[in-house]
Amino acid sequence: MTDAPIMQARDLQRHYDVSGGFLRKSRVLKAVAGLDFDVRAGATLAVVGESGCGKSTLARMVSMIEEPTEGSLTLNGKPVVKADWADLRQSVQIVFQDPYGSLNPRQRIGTILMEPLVINTKLSRAEREKKARDMLGLVGLRPEHFDRYPHMFSGGQRQRIAIARALMLDPKVLVLDEPVSALDLSIQSAILNLLLELQERLQLAYVFISHDLSVVRHIADEVIVMYLGRAVEKGPKADVFDAPFHPYTKALLSATPRAEPGAAKERIKLSGELPSPLSIPDGCPFAPRCWKAQAKCRAELPLLNNERHTAACFFPENQGTASPSADA
Amino acid sequence: MPLLRIRNLSVDFATASGAFRAVDAVDQDIDTGEILAIVGESGSGKSVSMLALMGLLPWTATVTADEITFDDRDLLNMDRRARRRIVGNDLAMIFQEPMSSLNPCFTVGWQIKEALRYHLRLGRAERHARAIELFEQVGIPDPEKRLSAFPHQLSGGMNQRAMIAMAIACKPKLLIADEPTTALDVTIQAQILDLLADLRRETGMGLVLITHDMGVVAETAERVSVQYAGQKVEEQAVGDLFNTPHHPYTGALLDALPERATEKMLPTIPGVVPGQFDRPAGCLFSPRCKFADAKCKSTPPAPLGADLGHARCFYPLNANERVAS
Repeated sequence: MTDAPIMQARDLQRHYDVSGGFLRKSRVLKAVAGLDFDVRAGATLAVVGESGCGKSTLARMVSMIEEPTEGSLTLNGKPVVKADWADLRQSVQIVFQDPYGSLNPRQRIGTILMEPLVINTKLSRAEREKKARDMLGLVGLRPEHFDRYPHMFSGGQRQRIAIARALMLDPKVLVLDEPVSALDLSIQSAILNLLLELQERLQLAYVFISHDLSVVRHIADEVIVMYLGRAVEKGPKADVFDAPFHPYTKALLSATPRAEPGAAKERIKLSGELPSPLSIPDGCPFAPRCWKAQAKCRAELPLLNNERHTAACFFPENQGTASPSADA
Repeated sequence: MPLLRIRNLSVDFATASGAFRAVDAVDQDIDTGEILAIVGESGSGKSVSMLALMGLLPWTATVTADEITFDDRDLLNMDRRARRRIVGNDLAMIFQEPMSSLNPCFTVGWQIKEALRYHLRLGRAERHARAIELFEQVGIPDPEKRLSAFPHQLSGGMNQRAMIAMAIACKPKLLIADEPTTALDVTIQAQILDLLADLRRETGMGLVLITHDMGVVAETAERVSVQYAGQKVEEQAVGDLFNTPHHPYTGALLDALPERATEKMLPTIPGVVPGQFDRPAGCLFSPRCKFADAKCKSTPPAPLGADLGHARCFYPLNANERVAS
């Protein structure tokens, strides 16, 4: 977990042009505005944030579905450029949120699993089939499921199939875009266990995108908190959860309901809502909702520094109580 | 006398492949001013039982019950017109998807005033004044302007507030909130849950919260009813439910919460919720239960006493200390 990162992103950005309508200028929507992160083998990088913060755009850039507008992405030290996508995609695979929409209802499970091999490898039919059958066992499905169709499976089993499909090409990085949020609680824990087990066995690097903080707290090693396309806080899981620096992280944690009746809680009420991503305020994007905002926050954009646990904030929280690995 | 009393409520759906029982012999009491949470996974019949109460199920559904009494009135044998005067007035409901439960063709102001016109027969000026008052009550800034906004011009959180304003327009005695925050972000969810709890305090209405989120239950509810595959398997006060669950399903569900995990691997519940064709003969949870024996598989258990949370189980958890004392 300490060796060189498998994937590195520096100042990753993705902008969209939004047409303003007839005779109006189109405007630029910065869905992701400058992200730095490292992904390491056998470790999980979790990206959390509310809807519209750019976490799914990030997933699409990392899995080479969309090209970053600016910034660089490297995989195993090699830069990811569009010309090499076809080769590089084998090492980065993605699992989507909705297991009902992401499997072709007209294909048998076996066909679904063998498809990536048909397209990307020169394995013979028998080899492909053997590999797919082995993979079924690895994700906890039974051999007889090979010839069935997706509609015969429950949500949890479908998500296992989606994970199996993503693993068929032996990827190094698995991007998980809300992999358990469409599942019931009793199924969710089984899928999380499967992911942890696979990570340990195959030394996979996970980019885990979620809005569910209790799941992130369980599975993550490193956490990035995003707000309006920017990382507002980044750090090891324990530090971010126990002593968040950024007021937004603190508010997010306090707003997450805890399954503990009567637990002492101090809920920070955020006033207002996410501003439109088309008109992000100058200065700190969180300033209009922040209870600590001052004139400086509205004028200047705070940035992350190079510490392991860092927040983009001029007046961070929890500074007096040094967190365990703040200076490590 | 509770505000709402349901006895032996069952709902069957006629499907192409035969009858499907979505709600199975549910008893439920709700008192004035209390917050009851109904939790369960998808397909546990938690929404269907409340839709049956509201009379909002399609014609394929057959509702049977021994008793449904709301505010001393018999809802079961009431004709449709009389029921229409209660539903939306004393008995109101808000739905999960604020975006799709509002009519996109009309302004939110028009939609909220419709309820005021139909049920309270207020005049135009009175309706307008009351609508502004309601929007202020649910925390919509700039209410005068927002009344003339269409649903697509408002965010999800604002739409949900408009839905809540509509539901409380006639000062209901009981408000049923069906997954009111599932489609919203956590910071907005916290605002909406606070709003519902505040409204309950101000107006003294009863509140039924249908949810699958144990965190929301723990923070908001006072009493919890757990449903599984259409049956109510347990009901307890919220603190007792989380500390000493009696039904093995409740226990397993709580253990599966990531935040309660003690080690990296989470405890799981094997198998899936039974469907239309694999409904077990005995206890519905028996195929997935680690305590089940031959008796559980052959005989359906009846609900136990109130001291054991009405658990539908032959071998309730955490029962020893009570039996011994």
